[in-house]
Amino acid sequence: MKESTIPSTAEPQTANQISINAPRKAFLARLQRWEWMLVALVVAAIVINSRLTPYFLNAQNLSRTSADFMELGLMMLPMVFIIITGNIDLSVASNLGMCASLMAVLWNLHFDIWVAAAAGLALGTLGGALNGFLIARVKLPALVATLGTYAFFRGIAYVLLGDQAGVGYPPAFTYLGQGMIPGTLIPFSVGLFVVLAVIFGLVLHRTTFGRYIYAIGNNENASIYAGVPVARIKLIIFTVSGFMSALAGLVLAARFGSTRPDIGTGLELTVITAAVLGGVDINGGSGTMVGAALSLLLIGLVRFGMGLKNVQDQVQTIAIGSLLILSILIASIARTISAGGVKLSRRTVGLAIVFIIIFAAFFFFFYWSRAPVIKSVFG
Amino acid sequence: MTVKNPPATRFNLLTTLTRFREFGIIIIILILTVLVSLRAPVFLTPGNFRDILVDISILVIVALAQTIVILTHGIDLSVGSSIGLVAMMVAFTIKANPNISLVLVVLLGMALGAMLGTFNGLIIAIGKVPPIIATLGTLGIYRGMVFLYSQGYWVPPYQLPDAFKMLAKGTPLGVPNIIIFAIVAAILVYYFLNYTRTGRNIYAVGSNPEAAQYVGIRKQRIIFLVYVLAGIAAGLAGVLWASRFESSQTNTALGFELQTVAASIVGGVSISGGVGTVPGVLLGALLLGMINNAVTLVRISPFWEQAAQGLLILIAVVSDILILRGTQRNKS
Repeated sequence: MKESTIPSTAEPQTANQISINAPRKAFLARLQRWEWMLVALVVAAIVINSRLTPYFLNAQNLSRTSADFMELGLMMLPMVFIIITGNIDLSVASNLGMCASLMAVLWNLHFDIWVAAAAGLALGTLGGALNGFLIARVKLPALVATLGTYAFFRGIAYVLLGDQAGVGYPPAFTYLGQGMIPGTLIPFSVGLFVVLAVIFGLVLHRTTFGRYIYAIGNNENASIYAGVPVARIKLIIFTVSGFMSALAGLVLAARFGSTRPDIGTGLELTVITAAVLGGVDINGGSGTMVGAALSLLLIGLVRFGMGLKNVQDQVQTIAIGSLLILSILIASIARTISAGGVKLSRRTVGLAIVFIIIFAAFFFFFYWSRAPVIKSVFG
Repeated sequence: MTVKNPPATRFNLLTTLTRFREFGIIIIILILTVLVSLRAPVFLTPGNFRDILVDISILVIVALAQTIVILTHGIDLSVGSSIGLVAMMVAFTIKANPNISLVLVVLLGMALGAMLGTFNGLIIAIGKVPPIIATLGTLGIYRGMVFLYSQGYWVPPYQLPDAFKMLAKGTPLGVPNIIIFAIVAAILVYYFLNYTRTGRNIYAVGSNPEAAQYVGIRKQRIIFLVYVLAGIAAGLAGVLWASRFESSQTNTALGFELQTVAASIVGGVSISGGVGTVPGVLLGALLLGMINNAVTLVRISPFWEQAAQGLLILIAVVSDILILRGTQRNKS
């Protein structure tokens, strides 16, 4: 077996003891590291945003924006489980599209909207179970299995809906994505997310099932020998992931008020980004629900702030991508320095200079080659 | 230390198995060919075969590089964005300098791609960021840079010189150049992986990183190298993409990274590193290309295309693992 040599991002392994009860101290120790870093970043984002634009600290703005990230959040909750076991689910956004498309088709065929929604949820759960079966029983690597279903589910979405669109959902349904909890400014979807996040967090941190998930992520073979029902747990978490993707699909369809088969394309990468930025180790074995929720908040704040400053949506991905890489890179550099630092030989300095020159040349070309075009465009 | 490391010394069982795996893909390809040509005889014509090859050429180039990365137990999810960025930068450069030499354009594309790959390689090999995280991050960063660079504009066909358009579709050697590019890439990668020391070291790092370090292979250097190679391949693919589609858009090659991974794993490359061959990947890419082509020829609604592709990826990987398990049982 290959043991990963990349240590976890947030903390030294504390979960090596596979005890039934959560080690309370270890949990607090965890909180002192990455989660506080995230809190600091969230505070920084709030301060910077409110300095940059007066429209930021506006309850209505904040409330509307928060609803934009809930389908991400709903898919992120089971993704945290999956990544902690050392697996990955690339198919979530495709599953979302497949379920939303099925619902749209049934709605177009004049089924009751709730029947259509229930069918969507059922199909998503089935899709998740297919992933679980391929991974837990056929023993395909999760990356391979969900890459296949990533293409397959999205394909089914196109087969179902084709060039049609689902439109004209009744208000009772669009309430899922657009409505507020009565008497408050909190969107319904945010309430839904918070309730589910608490449930998922409790399951992860306070139940035997949760301890098993960490155990699988730390050492799958040892867990099997210790009597952990590894295959069944994998089947369950992937099935739950399918269900939550379908739920996210309903919320997204309700928020848009329409459905096209390409709905939610590419969201899987943002979902994984949110989980990993939250300190969930991509190699499995560690991570907390609090961290994941904080990172979702951080991503939301950063995107919202940039949106208010008229930064294009696509350019915002530069910030999110950098945040993701830096979150791991800084921890890694800190470890290298504390482990004795880098020897500054003539060779390392030379190499560093070479790389700096390479990157400088690239960025010089990046702007230089574009300057005449920009001039010609703006006259 | 490693005086000679010819492919013949490879573990015998492994060689038999890999051969068997390619055999499995060939059977799927043959079945598909028979079924489709029954419905659409035009499928089996040289012209159609050429179309398929043109379609998969870019995929082959990038999938081979992706394979080299996967062999080290890594993955490069940023190739699609790299292709998009290089295609955009190259297209704008040509638009501004229509008389630029084509050789220079190709070299420029590969150099830009190499730089993008260098960045990936640095954060993965030196920064110790897991490959999937690092390249997921640069997938977002490079795609964002496409928008930053183009400011939302695109390069339409009429703004590109004809000479550049002929780079991909010109036929001075009888077949479109783009196929020649893919064939040369395949030969180079085959030679590199099987007959050079660095190539063999890539397999060594992928199958057992610790053992590889004990025998003196510089793991960091190998890992850095494979991402640079992936960048160079993506750069070349970016130039060819802009030439073949005679334009460059902000969503060029969006989602292409997963196709390259799919071609590799359908071709029998193990996602956990160390296992995979060039012929396998070529067959994997061919199978994907044939499915796309067949869906059109059999006049199935194009909306079925992706579902069929996904289903076949699943069938290929599931049958692969079942065959593998069967053979292992027979051997033991």
